[in-house]
Amino acid sequence: MTAHTATVTGCAAAFAAGEVSAVAATQAALARIAALDGSLNSHLHVDAQGALATAAQLDRDRAAGRALGPLSGVPISLKDNLAAIGMPMTAGSRMLHGYQPPFDATVTARLKAAGAVLIGKTNLDEFAMGSSSESSAFGCVHNPWDLNRVPGGSSGGSAAAVAAGLVAAALGTDTGGSIRQPAALCGIVGLKPTYGRVSRYGAVAYASSLDQIGPLTRTVRDAARLLQVISGADARDSTCAAAPVPDFEAALTRDVRGLRLGVPREYLDDAQGLDPAVRAAVQAALHVLEDHGAVLVPVALPHTRFCIATYYLIATAEASANLARYDGVRFGHRAVPQAGDGIDDLYAKSRAEGFGAEVKRRILLGTFALSAGYHDAYYKKACQVRRLIHDELLAALQTCDALAGPTSPVPAWPIGGKSENPLEMYLMDVFTLSANLAGLPGLSLPLPLHPSGLPIGLQLLGRPFDEATLLRIGDAYTSFSATDLLRPPWGAAP
Amino acid sequence: MMPAFESVIGLEVHAQLRTASKIFCGCSTTFGAEANAHVCPVCLGLPGALPVLNGAAVRMAVLAGLATGCDIAETSVFARKNYFYPDLPKGYQISQADAPICRHGHLDIQTQGGIRRARILRIHLEEDAGKSIHGATAAATTRIDLNRAGVPLIEIVGEPDLRTPEEAADYLRELRAILVCLGVCDGNMEEGSLRCDANVSVRPLGQETLGTRCEIKNINSFRGVRDAVAYEIERQVALVRAGASVVQQTRLWNADLGRTEAMRSKEEAHDYRYFPDPDLLPLVLLRADIELLRAQLPELPAAQRQRLQRDFGLPPAQALALTEDPLRLAAWEAALGQRPDANRALALANFLLTQVQAALGRSQRSASDVRAAMPMLAQLCDRWRAGDLSNKMLAEVLQGAFGDSQPLATALAQQLAQAGAVVSDVAALEAAVDEVLARAQPQVQRYRAGHTQVLGFFVGQVMKALAGKGNAAKVQEILKARLDG
Repeated sequence: MTAHTATVTGCAAAFAAGEVSAVAATQAALARIAALDGSLNSHLHVDAQGALATAAQLDRDRAAGRALGPLSGVPISLKDNLAAIGMPMTAGSRMLHGYQPPFDATVTARLKAAGAVLIGKTNLDEFAMGSSSESSAFGCVHNPWDLNRVPGGSSGGSAAAVAAGLVAAALGTDTGGSIRQPAALCGIVGLKPTYGRVSRYGAVAYASSLDQIGPLTRTVRDAARLLQVISGADARDSTCAAAPVPDFEAALTRDVRGLRLGVPREYLDDAQGLDPAVRAAVQAALHVLEDHGAVLVPVALPHTRFCIATYYLIATAEASANLARYDGVRFGHRAVPQAGDGIDDLYAKSRAEGFGAEVKRRILLGTFALSAGYHDAYYKKACQVRRLIHDELLAALQTCDALAGPTSPVPAWPIGGKSENPLEMYLMDVFTLSANLAGLPGLSLPLPLHPSGLPIGLQLLGRPFDEATLLRIGDAYTSFSATDLLRPPWGAAP
Repeated sequence: MMPAFESVIGLEVHAQLRTASKIFCGCSTTFGAEANAHVCPVCLGLPGALPVLNGAAVRMAVLAGLATGCDIAETSVFARKNYFYPDLPKGYQISQADAPICRHGHLDIQTQGGIRRARILRIHLEEDAGKSIHGATAAATTRIDLNRAGVPLIEIVGEPDLRTPEEAADYLRELRAILVCLGVCDGNMEEGSLRCDANVSVRPLGQETLGTRCEIKNINSFRGVRDAVAYEIERQVALVRAGASVVQQTRLWNADLGRTEAMRSKEEAHDYRYFPDPDLLPLVLLRADIELLRAQLPELPAAQRQRLQRDFGLPPAQALALTEDPLRLAAWEAALGQRPDANRALALANFLLTQVQAALGRSQRSASDVRAAMPMLAQLCDRWRAGDLSNKMLAEVLQGAFGDSQPLATALAQQLAQAGAVVSDVAALEAAVDEVLARAQPQVQRYRAGHTQVLGFFVGQVMKALAGKGNAAKVQEILKARLDG
């Protein structure tokens, strides 16, 4: 096994069996980053020293016969909007350039406790606002399947790093598809858990009612392993649920017989702007599952067409408040004061200099949506529509065990291809937004490659707190289709 | 002929809750610590930090609501109030907007015309902001202290039911007494534990619709409420009489100059863009838990006053003063002991409210020190009433003991021992009286000519001769015998 093909479960097993040391696994990851990340720009920070120190300690623990964790010896990176002591946290923004968080995110602490070797922080759209990882203040991320194309976003650094085999897995955040869409565009597995399944403590907030942290991995089993580690109640996050956490790996039976798989017409037959080859690939995947005993059920979700408008009102409204703390007063970028500047000048200049165009656009949109005179027509109306979208999905999931469709309407597009047209970019989120608006779990799985040779993804949506069923279907599908073995040709030789 | 005017007043009162930790994090709420000593990622608003609600603050808000006859909401919602200010770390304050925890209560206030009921619109929970410490000049650096950021507050919003500056002050006094009695607020207006904004408008007597109102901020005493409201009424009436109209604005009370000053107009008013805080779930209270808190309500100040007047015959003024502070009331009750005699009850109340309060005010001691030393203080009062201590001796004992660093009871005992006894020996008193009379023949003539008020002069001279330790009653007796005899 090489770092290029290593999986989380494979790495952990090899370490536990004494076949590989944690230091060797870490060095292999660091070597691939050193060799390849100049082309990908997937990492904003690599903590070689910290990672090697952790690995050496793990090797000593193993030698001493101490109990190992489920992720012991596995190199993992964090999206750079997740706090980890000792590493900077920029959220992809000039605003937080040089900022060092003084505490670990709950997910960071849980990964550490499980024995993970934290390699570094991955690149992202600024404050996780974007679908292409081009709005990072520190340069765009390149897709390892075609370096001239975007990896998707906003967790594009995490997706590219895992797809290129720099690390075995990475965590991302998903507010409107930011884990699932880049996973699809990079040919890997991405899971957005149910809202409340994973603590948000220590994740830089974009839209608090929509944000969830989740894994990007090569296999469904890896996603199950990571979800197991990061899930569960947290006294530091009031929105994190006390729901019991089942054994996710135990659910991977590969038996899909009798499972009812809803196929929303709005996601497939009636979908606007859906690439025909993507549609065909999704249909083929559904037939694979049908062949193995799943039951396909036609479903109608007429409110789907309101998802984009609803999302871009609610997410931006919450963002306008969440990003108010970046004012240059206590931390982050502060403009150099000019003679005669007052406090309002300090705010205006610091924020004008610190934030990029997309972040400013969303703050303005959200501020407008909440303003007196517009609040009812925009924010309040959006909340009402959100409820309808939620109810409609929940009703469909009463009769279906999961819903299926494409993750992204198209494969990865060329860098710069949509960045001049924000609205066209927003349309890329059409299939992923409903899971966030309804708080449902969503899983993106690699489909067989698109005729262009680029990866594309199948999305499954499930009932609240029923990630287990999604993982079970996903594990079955990827084993039947062997799509979790797809690797980009680029970077294959270390 | 211009019509008479009626003023319409409603108060918004912010009360700091006496929780040990802040409303959304575990930081201490202790006042007076070094700047920024009580801060953490949550109250600093660091990226990724999240609020977690303090249950003690919720219970205190519910108690305040129950004590003021409010309906307690089974579901209330925290909202973000968005505005930029350097001492507001997150750029929004977590407060409650459409769905406050308490609604529709009332407060009964004692006025000269009897009891008046002022309605309470709502009580909501929120976090306090930090403090900006501005430099001496406009160009100087402003420093920020975030110790107070995140301290729990309730805002009690009154309906515009008050009509005079005195009623406004009485309302605030009654509200303070209730909150202090419940133990949910320390009521300290100087430290900002209780802050008051007043909405004031005027209208011709008999008019139904309200006049244009002004909101007055920065009021930090009972006297301030009365004076600020009185000034504002006068200002608005003068404007209307002059044919001008009142402009809706926020004004600041300048206590030094005794006037309100324009701060911002309606056009400059903030758009706070409230929306439910997605970091906090709706606050759900079980009816049974609310009833459990209702059962824990103590006897409230209004009931205490009734009891004091009924059982001890205390005049209303003393009953009111005693019930302003539960420690004061407890001290008085402790002093009464097992002998509920009306004369002694009143004497102890006066002693406590005048001499002891004055000594306390001049010292570093607290009301709880007084409460703890009450048996000793009661003994002091009894001895003074019996004539065993002169006024001067009493004042010296109190001053000496309150200025001492030992426990108050110990210090009182010591001072009392040092003070010695009053001179009650008749021969010694007679000698002193005779000496004074011998030296003051002109005054003796005047007394005998019918100017009996000169007696006070003689008493003063004799007491002086006895270094303040004469038994005043006996001195008077001897003087009268000598002069009248």
